[in-house]
Amino acid sequence: MAEVKVQSTLEGSPLGQITKRRLTLRGLLLQLRAFIALILLYVFFALLSNAFVTQSNQVILAKQVAINAVLGIGMTFVILTGGIDLSVGSIVGLTGMVAGMLIHKGLILTPLDRVIYFNVWIIALIAIAVGMLVGLLNGILVTRFRVAPFIATLGTLYMARGLALLSNNGATFPNLIGKPELGNTGFPELGRGTLLGLPYSIWIMIGLALIAIFITGKTPFGRQVYAIGGNVRAAQLSGVRVKTVTMLTYVISGFCAAIVGLIISSQLVASHPATGDGFELNAIAAVVLGGTSLAGGRGTILGTIVGAFVVGVLRNGMVIEGVSSFWQMIITGGVIVLAVIIDQVQQRIQERSAA
Amino acid sequence: MSAPAATPEQVRTFDDVILRAEQVSKVYPGTVALDKVDFNVYRGKVNVLVGENGAGKSTLMKILAGVQQPTEGHLILEGEPIQPKSPREAEEMGIGIIYQELNLFPNLSVAENIFMAHELTAGGAVIHHGQQEERTRALLARLEQPISPKTLIQYLRIGQQQIVEIAKALALEVKILIMDEPTSALSTAEVEVLVRVIDELTASGVSIIYISHKLEELMQIGDYITVLRDGRKIAEAPMAEVDLPWIIERMVGRDTAASYRPPQHAVERELLRVEDITLPKYGGGFLLDHVSFTLRAGEVLGIYGLMGAGRTELFECLMGLHPMARGDVWLGGKKLEGQIDKRIKQGIMLIPEDRQREGLIPELSVADNMLLASLRNYLRGPYLSRAKEEAAINRLVRELAIKVSNVQNLISSLSGGNQQKVVVAKTLLTSPQVLLMDEPTRGIDVGAKEEIFDIMRKLAAQGLGVIFVSTELKEIMAMADRILVMSKGVITRELNRAEATQQALVEASAIGHELVRKDGSGNGGG
Repeated sequence: MAEVKVQSTLEGSPLGQITKRRLTLRGLLLQLRAFIALILLYVFFALLSNAFVTQSNQVILAKQVAINAVLGIGMTFVILTGGIDLSVGSIVGLTGMVAGMLIHKGLILTPLDRVIYFNVWIIALIAIAVGMLVGLLNGILVTRFRVAPFIATLGTLYMARGLALLSNNGATFPNLIGKPELGNTGFPELGRGTLLGLPYSIWIMIGLALIAIFITGKTPFGRQVYAIGGNVRAAQLSGVRVKTVTMLTYVISGFCAAIVGLIISSQLVASHPATGDGFELNAIAAVVLGGTSLAGGRGTILGTIVGAFVVGVLRNGMVIEGVSSFWQMIITGGVIVLAVIIDQVQQRIQERSAA
Repeated sequence: MSAPAATPEQVRTFDDVILRAEQVSKVYPGTVALDKVDFNVYRGKVNVLVGENGAGKSTLMKILAGVQQPTEGHLILEGEPIQPKSPREAEEMGIGIIYQELNLFPNLSVAENIFMAHELTAGGAVIHHGQQEERTRALLARLEQPISPKTLIQYLRIGQQQIVEIAKALALEVKILIMDEPTSALSTAEVEVLVRVIDELTASGVSIIYISHKLEELMQIGDYITVLRDGRKIAEAPMAEVDLPWIIERMVGRDTAASYRPPQHAVERELLRVEDITLPKYGGGFLLDHVSFTLRAGEVLGIYGLMGAGRTELFECLMGLHPMARGDVWLGGKKLEGQIDKRIKQGIMLIPEDRQREGLIPELSVADNMLLASLRNYLRGPYLSRAKEEAAINRLVRELAIKVSNVQNLISSLSGGNQQKVVVAKTLLTSPQVLLMDEPTRGIDVGAKEEIFDIMRKLAAQGLGVIFVSTELKEIMAMADRILVMSKGVITRELNRAEATQQALVEASAIGHELVRKDGSGNGGG
């Protein structure tokens, strides 16, 4: 948004200027529409109810948004390539269970008849590695075995959920506080702690968002992600390593899901195998609301963050207003569809002005 | 600089106008695509429309075909004003169009494509596949193409797909048929067939509107010519009264007699050696049958051949795109190996045949498209440096004279010629030693073509090796230092610039095709 320049009618602008982005006022409003909608929504709920703007509710809201936004960041990478990742909700559940199991039971090495307990940092790394591994499996299925992303990740959705249930026979790992004598205390700190008054999960969202914005905008990998989504054949002929890049996007998505799995089990101080059920759809909703095209090649991380806030504010506001959960679903669905319709209209306007 | 003696602008004719566009304008935000254009379509004649890219030809045709509506002005069909709101409405009025870009369904068969939305049905509900295939077979026989009606479009070469497009339009049995660059992917033999079909159509009273960039071709085919430039009608004349310089002068608005200058550069050391490239064909036989040749630094090597000769496949093998291919390629004494990204780093790069489908990423800006293949060069630490990117963009925009008001605009906002220059720029930014250009002038206007040729000459003069494929004889003969003729996956002839004649090229390109011709004429009789 830094470079706004009103369209000039001068032709043959000097070369020094040609890389400046030009936006008309109308174009700017359309670009910022999700953000404007967010502000309107926020003001609307704030006027409606005092309970909405209380500090405690704001923190609750932000924590909800953070979870969806982090999943949405990973999902954005995948969707930009023209893929989809349905497995993220299950990865959230699985990585939470991995962390819970490592805290409670340790790593059981049956043949050696030994049990190893790790400290929480290593536990977190192992859980993240598991998430990335599932992502890698998705990536391999999609690129090497050419399974359609929808099917591949639907398969891993079931598999990861099954593993999560299997890990403790469908039961919860409660009370993840660890034991001082095993040296694995401190796990709840991630969900409980704050920095400058904000919970860690919000800082994690901000940090990951900044990194992701940087990656999409400023690295060859990011450009290549867009290129693959836009025209995979042209990308290949330009020397883009399509398979590697595509595979990496699924690994990123698995990474983000693992982070969410850790945050949630830490917040609850327990890991439940059903955690994350349906999260993939919320994440996709945030991505789509943020203006990313499911066909790939078009969209931004910032849009996804705004989209996650729209979903979060809408849901939180409706809960506060006592809207029945049935109506909440209907309204959320309506908003998603409406956002895509507006997106289509914008595309048409852009194409017309480009022609 | 010479103005023609007679001004043929005042057309004296007794031919009957079937369709007339009167004072048609089309305004887009920011641009006027058509500015009060009058256009006459004469009954049973071939009405040629020419102009450089961006002159408004395609817009005018889209208006006639109901794809777009004019901002001002009207259309008069046989004395009645019409306002087609959709291609369907235009078809019902008897106006059909063959688009420049292929509009086929790759996952459906030839017959299904031809009868898409006009299916022959039994009882209005069930598709009568037998009838459709029979009609398709007849249409393809008329076009002398022995393609099975059941073949899926995705298995056809671009040229064959274009023939299917033509068959599709013929199936509609329209009164007026618009052909927007129907020959851009056709070989000489196929163009001849098309010309015969056009003769048949006009003899039976169908009026043709014909758009092409191949000027000699349309001078042969056309009865009337209308020239557009910058959205305005510049001239209209019976074809018999005009000549090539007249057309070019009105199209371009400047003297282009200096075109097709013979290239002169020293031919140096061997740069590329291709040994025994073999690519098996799906279902037996070879797409490339033991192809070997060499390329010297500073040389422009032309490859000529009909459709299916294996030209595109050869390029793809050099780039490592066919895992099934056998044979060795040596670049500067080093063997080319691995996937395409490794080969690009070694100094070979391809400009693909189909710009829209293989060259460009429509969602990305001009700048992003241009930089895509060489992103590594603009890194500062882990991130892309804006300054380095801009330096590269500015250099190429200047060197290739790319006309772009803002490189952050979408690539689709540029004209075909400028899009092609962006593809060339993308290629050059990888610092190649060998450049493979597959039909580099397909679908771009005369002015842009010359600029592309100029670029090729300059690159060769800098010591690059350039291999280019073209279906235009004149192009090949004017540009290439040496010509390889291919037919059915085999190099049938190698000719030096001095010994190359049109006849020699055509003869060499037909080797192995005799059977196809016999088949075609046999079916065509029935």
